[in-house]
Amino acid sequence: MTLTPLFFYLFAFVTVASGFMVVTARNPVHAVLWLILAFFNAAGLFVLLGAEFLAMILVVVYVGAVAVLFLFVVMMLDVDFAELRAGFIRNAPLGAIVGIILLIELIMVLGFRLAGPLSTAISLPIPAAGSSVTNTEAIGRILYTKYVLLFQGAGLILLVAMIGAIVLTLRHKEGVKRQSIAAQSARTPAAAMHTVKVASGTSTVPER
Amino acid sequence: MTMIGLSHYLTVGAVLFTLGVFGIFLNRKNVIVILMSIELMLLAVNINLVAFSHFLGDLVGQVFALFVLTVAAGEAAIGLAIVVVYFRNRGSIAVEDINMMKG
Repeated sequence: MTLTPLFFYLFAFVTVASGFMVVTARNPVHAVLWLILAFFNAAGLFVLLGAEFLAMILVVVYVGAVAVLFLFVVMMLDVDFAELRAGFIRNAPLGAIVGIILLIELIMVLGFRLAGPLSTAISLPIPAAGSSVTNTEAIGRILYTKYVLLFQGAGLILLVAMIGAIVLTLRHKEGVKRQSIAAQSARTPAAAMHTVKVASGTSTVPER
Repeated sequence: MTMIGLSHYLTVGAVLFTLGVFGIFLNRKNVIVILMSIELMLLAVNINLVAFSHFLGDLVGQVFALFVLTVAAGEAAIGLAIVVVYFRNRGSIAVEDINMMKG
């Protein structure tokens, strides 16, 4: 029990530090790797909060799909990243000012809001620690019943994203011969074959 | 060490969100790092949602975090596809060139 604060501070510190390295890294490949570290430690924070399912999904989806996609695009595009970093130092003070103002505002909101009691109108209680219902099972029970339409909507969003990404990046090169199955199937013997009359004494095939 | 409360997690979320905003200002030219900063901000939102879910004892926060994750994945896929198409057409991914798309 006493280890919980220790792990919280470890995960929180590494998450924030790697988040800082993401935005300041010189090399975008390193930035993606720091992003993966941030995701792993955020997953650790989720485990501390008892959200095991989300922690696993975070590792699978963010690290396994999103971060690898970033890595793939960063390595595939032949971009001069040094040129893109021009103005890095010039923009830093403005960014720092905006960031600090935002942080102060957020912490003030937290301080004022959390001074009062939290709302107690709970719609779907988390199963008690001793019960046999796991976190994954509890999420599944409400996700497939009460939120089934939203769940379908999420699936639709992913489908649209997939089709959109394919449509955006697909390109047909000119001069490449492709198989047209419809044209092949529509070909009949009447269109493909014809009889040729060869006149006697000649060997040449007359023009069609 | 004291017990870890809701405000601890919310502070982590706030700092991470601020880092995301800072990253957008810092890397104004590089679309890929801007997309990564947006991912950081969405991660901060998820930490907030899960922290509230835990401390209120309400499962809806985790369900909503799941939907945020879905949208983040779709956004990354579409955003990177646009970056790839843009790089194919222009040979660069600098943000200030994107106003060329006005035609």
